[in-house]
Amino acid sequence: MARETMNVVIVGHVDHGKSTLVGRLLADTGVLGEGKLEKVIETCKRQGKVFEYAFLLDALEEEQGQGITIDAARVFFRTPLRDYIIIDAPGHIEFLKNMVTGAARAEAAILLVDAKEGVQENSRRHGYLLSMLGIRQVVVAVNKIDLVDYDRATFWSIVDEYRDFLGGIGIEPRHFVPVSARGGDMVAERSTALKWFDGPTVLEALDGLGKKPQAENQPLRMPVQDVYKFNERGDDRRIIAGRVEAGALRAGDRVLFSPSNKSSTIRSIEVFNASPPESVTAGQSAGVTLTEQVFVSRGEIMSHLERVPSVSTKFRANVFWLGRNPMKKGARYKLKLTTAETHVAIDQIHRILDASELDARIDKDRIDRHDVADVVFRTRQPVAFDPADDLEATGRFVIVDGYDIAGGGIVRELIEDEQAETRELSRQRNLSWVRGDVSPGERAELTGHPATMVLFTGAAGVGKHVVARALELALFRAGHNAYLLDGQNVRASAGSGMDSVDDDVDEAMRRVGEVAHILLDAGVLVVSTTNVIRQHDHRALAAQIAPFPMLVVHLGEDEGPEDVDVKLPPHPDAETAEAQVLAALRERNRVRTGGA
Amino acid sequence: MSQLDQLEEQSVYIFREAFRHFDDLCMLWSIGKDSTVLLWLARKAFFGHVPFPLVHIDTSYKIPSMIEYRDHLAREWGLTMVVGQNRQALAEGMNHTRGRMTCCGALKTDALRQTLDGTGPRMRMGQDGEYHEEENPAPYTGVIVGARADEEGSRSKERYFSPRNEHSDWDVADQPPEFWNQFKTDFAPGTHLRIHPLLDWTEVNIWEYIEREQIPIIDLYFDKGTGKRYRSIGCEPCTGSIESPATTPREIITELRATNIPERAGRAQDQEDTYAMEKLRREGYM
Repeated sequence: MARETMNVVIVGHVDHGKSTLVGRLLADTGVLGEGKLEKVIETCKRQGKVFEYAFLLDALEEEQGQGITIDAARVFFRTPLRDYIIIDAPGHIEFLKNMVTGAARAEAAILLVDAKEGVQENSRRHGYLLSMLGIRQVVVAVNKIDLVDYDRATFWSIVDEYRDFLGGIGIEPRHFVPVSARGGDMVAERSTALKWFDGPTVLEALDGLGKKPQAENQPLRMPVQDVYKFNERGDDRRIIAGRVEAGALRAGDRVLFSPSNKSSTIRSIEVFNASPPESVTAGQSAGVTLTEQVFVSRGEIMSHLERVPSVSTKFRANVFWLGRNPMKKGARYKLKLTTAETHVAIDQIHRILDASELDARIDKDRIDRHDVADVVFRTRQPVAFDPADDLEATGRFVIVDGYDIAGGGIVRELIEDEQAETRELSRQRNLSWVRGDVSPGERAELTGHPATMVLFTGAAGVGKHVVARALELALFRAGHNAYLLDGQNVRASAGSGMDSVDDDVDEAMRRVGEVAHILLDAGVLVVSTTNVIRQHDHRALAAQIAPFPMLVVHLGEDEGPEDVDVKLPPHPDAETAEAQVLAALRERNRVRTGGA
Repeated sequence: MSQLDQLEEQSVYIFREAFRHFDDLCMLWSIGKDSTVLLWLARKAFFGHVPFPLVHIDTSYKIPSMIEYRDHLAREWGLTMVVGQNRQALAEGMNHTRGRMTCCGALKTDALRQTLDGTGPRMRMGQDGEYHEEENPAPYTGVIVGARADEEGSRSKERYFSPRNEHSDWDVADQPPEFWNQFKTDFAPGTHLRIHPLLDWTEVNIWEYIEREQIPIIDLYFDKGTGKRYRSIGCEPCTGSIESPATTPREIITELRATNIPERAGRAQDQEDTYAMEKLRREGYM
């Protein structure tokens, strides 16, 4: 049977003895020859140099000759139980992004504290990062215990202070171990000088850690990575590809895609050069085909119909910032969460843990480099996610500033946005919707275009109606199944029974949305107008008609809603307006090709 | 999940991310075992297809059977083959007797750079199975490469998605953070990314995978009755064979587990200068 491998990261403030501890682990497990470590340390001392990781690697290289390929970022050692890979994670704050890169690959961490210096700023920051990176298996090594004369009280006071701090951020270390890496006390061997300590050595503590349990019993989460239709060499499969991040899927499962709310059934599991497996479980890349061809795209999360992920444009998160430029309130960034990408901005800063002080502060309107912050984010498009405490893989994200990943974070909780209720209602409606035997694809084939809603927004009296009528006519004459849905007609039909529209704007809007949804389901290109005063009105409509897309055309001098697709002046020239809207539709492949 | 399964899953994920984010994507195929495993993994990721061109830099001094093998597999698997060459240097008579580093620099590094940025000629295999010169070659913005972290020191610091500037330079000291499988997929005009799906694989992993998947790698790696075989393949004048009777991946694995000699020991350019690989690498050599 293949031996088990565990990735371990050793983190700690610079000078707290990380390299020495790595050296000791290598020496005491027989990777470095007898006396080799002492010799290198001695040489460094003689030359007045601080013993560093690099010298250790040099020593390793010398030791192994040219034979072994030295991997500076990863060194290996083994115990009778398993193989360990130590991932290098620089302790210096300047290299925090490298530390994060290394530590994120680890399954367990050794947090290193200097017995003489105690818990430092970086000790706390590293604790925070490990907590946010989701590394729960932590062993704390209180190093250089020889420099405080193996003093028991010093050790326990550090344990108390650090345990309190770590507990507050969700880390409960498995063990605290007093260690002298240089002397070898309590690394692999017990120590007479530390007779008062009856806990495990560092190696015993590592061996006591378990491999991360597979996320198979959790609800299914497969973020859609891509949809393939290669159409070559006789292959016309339409394959939804992605990695199962939690749970398991089987052929025949009914599945739901969020945030679009589309549902279908898994027809087959596709693989290359092997027979298809019965199920695909957490950690595996998959490709599936569906029985009903629904249009889904990258960024959606496939789940079962029960235990679905959250969907919102708002969530509370903890974020750490690595970018050279601070993250500013009001600025726009790119959010990458699972495979979804959308614009994101800070909605609210609850508190910031200052990089230099690590005190909680709230009087800042930006997140500086190396800060950790508790914030509310607002995204442009709704995203599907889970709080990280429930499901790790679908609860974490990175933030891109310009061309670079500049921060990372975890979702703490869903915050319901204004469309939450609408979204839930339309999800329920979609799930109970009875379909005929005509697929949306067949409808689109007949009409030559998919169903879309074009919504004109703007204050009263800017000429929305004129343009909308002109557009319907132009689209229809160009061979589209276009229809002008006038609010007046809804009020007179589905709206009857309401006393006054003014009394219940939301309900009136909802009825317009439901009628629009039926038309869209019938494959129609719906053109409509609304006097949108509040920004979220058209968003509510968009949530209601989802998964059908909406093109927002705003008329007026004002800026209009944030996510407007086409902006026009008041009373635009009908032909110019038409041309612009058609161009936008064409760009999104929503009109007949060749026509219009 | 076995270690090989885990490595395979990670590679497949990286392939799919690369394909999704780069319109001008290509993969370097040196015909060697690593990039042939890479090719196999691409077929796994894309269900039997390889939806981007494979770029081979032909120094004209390659072992002849490498070219035969390349074109045979390209036709059989329906690969889009693109071949680049530094014609100018060859016309001026470049060869290894002018110094190996000079020769590698011209016929590999320069040729690769020119092929990738579209300033050099590219021969593309057409539907007819023959090579035709590509008109107006466009620069590739994503280049998939079979580098492994354990090959030699400089590669261990690599990221899965590793940015290169306008001059194809690699800034080892200032690399982007990379965690949670979120990769650098945004890049400034003129720059490109090298993508490394094999970063976590070791030489032994490669052979174990070749054995498990029965990947048809080139037979130069096996002894064909002479008691010699190649451990690493490249240009004929500069690649030496090793004494080994191994005829199967399994025998090679057994041999590797016992050896102390590095993989590239047969490759002359590595001995030239201690920092040879890092130097070549910084300058854009794969």
